[in-house]
This record gives sequence, C-alpha cells and structure tokens, in this order.
Amino acid sequence: MQVGYYPGCSLESSAKEFDLSIRAIFQAMEVSLKEIPDWNCCGASPAHYLNEELAMALPYRNLVKAEEAGLDRVISPCPACYSHLKHVHEEVSKERHLAERLGTIVGKRYKGGVVSKHLLDFLKEDIGSERLKTSIKVSLNGLKVASYYGCLTRLPGVDIDDLENPILMDEIIGALGGEPLDWSHKTECCGASLSVSRTEIALRLVNAILEAAKGRGADCIAVACPLCQSNLDTRQGDIHKKYGTTYGIPILYLSQLIGLAQKLDYSQLGLDRLVITPKNLLIEKGIIEK
Amino acid sequence: MSYLNSQDIHQFRNRILSISGEDASKCIQCGKCSAGCPISPEMDVQPNQVLRLIQINDPDALLRCSTIWICASCQTCSVRCPEEIDIAKIMDSIRKLALEAKGPLGEENVVKFDEIFLDSIRKRGRVHELELVMKYNLALRQPFKDAHLGPVMFARGKLGFLGHKIKELGKIKEIFQNSKRLLKP
Repeated sequence: MQVGYYPGCSLESSAKEFDLSIRAIFQAMEVSLKEIPDWNCCGASPAHYLNEELAMALPYRNLVKAEEAGLDRVISPCPACYSHLKHVHEEVSKERHLAERLGTIVGKRYKGGVVSKHLLDFLKEDIGSERLKTSIKVSLNGLKVASYYGCLTRLPGVDIDDLENPILMDEIIGALGGEPLDWSHKTECCGASLSVSRTEIALRLVNAILEAAKGRGADCIAVACPLCQSNLDTRQGDIHKKYGTTYGIPILYLSQLIGLAQKLDYSQLGLDRLVITPKNLLIEKGIIEK
Repeated sequence: MSYLNSQDIHQFRNRILSISGEDASKCIQCGKCSAGCPISPEMDVQPNQVLRLIQINDPDALLRCSTIWICASCQTCSVRCPEEIDIAKIMDSIRKLALEAKGPLGEENVVKFDEIFLDSIRKRGRVHELELVMKYNLALRQPFKDAHLGPVMFARGKLGFLGHKIKELGKIKEIFQNSKRLLKP
C-alpha cells in the first residue's frame, strides 16, 4: 500500500520523533509513505487573519503537488496541517469562484482528487484493527495511558471522532495491551503557540492537564499533535518552578506506543528524543529490556 | 456609548457577518462560551461579552482588547454554542478588523510572533522553528527567555540548526504577492 505523506514543519525539528516513529510503524505494516514533493508550510494559525487568501493558497499548492505526484490519499500527522489541507479541499469543492481564484494565485489548478487523512482515522479506516493487531509483537502490559487529544477533533474540516469525548486513541491503546484511562482533560487546550508569546497562560493550562492525568494514576500521556507534545513535555520544568509541582510524566506520541508494541528499536522510534524520558517506566513495565 | 448615537446599530454586526458568515445577533447570552473557555481567566473581555459588544455596535472596545489575541482558537466555544455560532471564527474576524483599523493592538507580541512566522514561510517555504523563536525573542528584547530550554532541546536533537528551504521558492514569493488580505473585502 502506498500513501502520500505531508510531514509538516514541526516534524523536521522539534517533533522529529513523531516523523521517525510514523515511518517506522508504517514500514512494519508494509505501508510505503511517499512525501508530497517540495511541500510547503500550511500557514498554520498566523496566516488566517494576517492574510486570508494566503491561508488557503499555501495548502492549495500542497494539494496541487500531491495530485501531480499521483497521490490520492495523504496522511498529515500534524492536526493543523491536516485541518488546513482538508478544509481547503472542501471549500474549493463547494465554491467554484474560490477554486478559480486559488488556481490563479498558485498558477495551477487542483482537480480535487486528494483525500486527506490524519494518523488516527488512517489507522482506523485504512489500516484497520486486524492489520494493526497482526503487527503487534509485545503487549504494553497494562501501561496506564491518558490519551490527550487537545483541539484535534474540533478543528475546521476535521470530522473523525466525538468532539468532546474522542476514543480513537483509547481504542488503539487498548488493542496494544495498554490501559486507556477515562479522564477529564482529554480535549482541554494546551495553549498552543501561547507557550511562546504568553508563556504563563500555557503553563497554567498544561499544569491542569498534567495534574488531571496524574490524579488518575497515568503512567504516561499519549498525544497525536506536535504542539501538544512540545507544550506538555518541555514545560514540565517551568511548571515545577512556577507551581512547585513535580510530575515527570512522559509524553509519548501514539505512533511511539504502537512502535513499542511492534517491538521496534527505542531510538528508531525517537524515544531518546523526549525531554521526560520514558526509559525506566518502560523497563519497569516489562515493555523494553534493560 | 456609540451604540446610542449610531445611525445603523447593526453596522459592526453586519461587517462581521460579511467577512465570517457568522451572525452575532443570534447570541442569547447564555454564557456557555465563557464558562468553557480555557483562556477566560486571562481575558479582559469574556467571549459572551464579545458577542454582546457586537450586538450593541461597540467595535472600539473589541478592536483594542486583549481577548481576540490570546484566544487560542481551540474551538470549545464554537462546538458548545446552542445557537451554533462559530465564535472562534468571529474572534478571527475581529483580529482582521483590528489590523485594518491600524490602531494600538491589545497584544502586540502575539501579532509580532505571527508576522515573524509568516516571514519564515516567505523566505523558506517552511517554518524554521529555532530561527522563529530566536527572532521573536530578539524582537522583544528578551533574548534569554526560554534559553534554559536550549541545552535539553539540543541534547534531544529537537533543534534543527539549518532549517529547510523548498526548491520552488520563487513560486512561494509569487503566492505571497498574489494573495489578498481579505477574501471578502
């Protein structure tokens, strides 16, 4: 099975381990990922209000490049990238004037043939639980995992799970032998880029999320977004300084948890790149060897 | 009290409606948006008050408030609104109008960050995270903010020093030049 792949900017640096682990788990499931040739940034949140046409033209060019490369399905691991590709695809299918305008700006026409997928709906619909299960070699041994979705299910164009009580990640964690926790902060906001521009707000939000997970006895938190991972993982030291709370909860990408169950190599999954290291936890739970 | 003297009390509501497609006059002031908003403790105008200010045609308070800039666009308000108003989209349209008004902005730093972000795309076609954060902290004359995260991020291989440039940079420049700020001016 060959599928298009749109890693997005974060997966080239701060979220490199998301990229590494996705490539590794799909290789293990015999899915070959083909990157959109010469892809560009989706424009993220800033383009929205600074320049509306640009906010649509940037994802539009990626759709054109994907289509030119013969990719009819594209996985975007980053929820913002995914939302933008899908939203622009939907808007141009509905509004002919917009499609023409974007075609003029970009200099090429998108014919409308790219289906966008996030990692979560791709795993459920395209891979399926049977195929996922056959790739699994070790159990997560009851690892208590709090699945954290943030705003993923509510973004424009996204329609993959319940808006306020999503379960896609929980189902996968259960299938891997982990224990998905029912908890209160699944879809609370991580503060997104406020982590840079108004850091104290992000610290308050992240502290509440970590406190809720800890209160439910979570061993770790699973995420499917580079910004969620970064805020929850890298800010635990700042939170300790501000609130005096010590969590030390590892924040793993869902793809890393899948890779662990597939018995893939620790560093191949980029687990050594996490700020709060999960190594001792994973050894203690008998998921990896010393 | 601009709304008492206004010739057209729906002027601002109409402007928001035309750029976002969202009608603030449907708001029944139930307060669900403010109750669920994760950022409300830091907001100077609560989300339900934003809608009320649109209804009573008081744009000035909105164009200079901090709320519209610290809204994280998490969409919680939008999915909970019983009148199905996309409040996050309304926040986004007020940001556009605030920029257009060219007055002082409620949160200059947030806008600075976003401008540097777009600039990175213009120059590279992609965002270079390290350069983005460093340029932002330099612009704000706080070069050492978050510098304590540097060593651990470096040790974990999370800092891409060079960044990437896409091949069709000329095309990206063209797209920037051709794009207009508002879809429906």
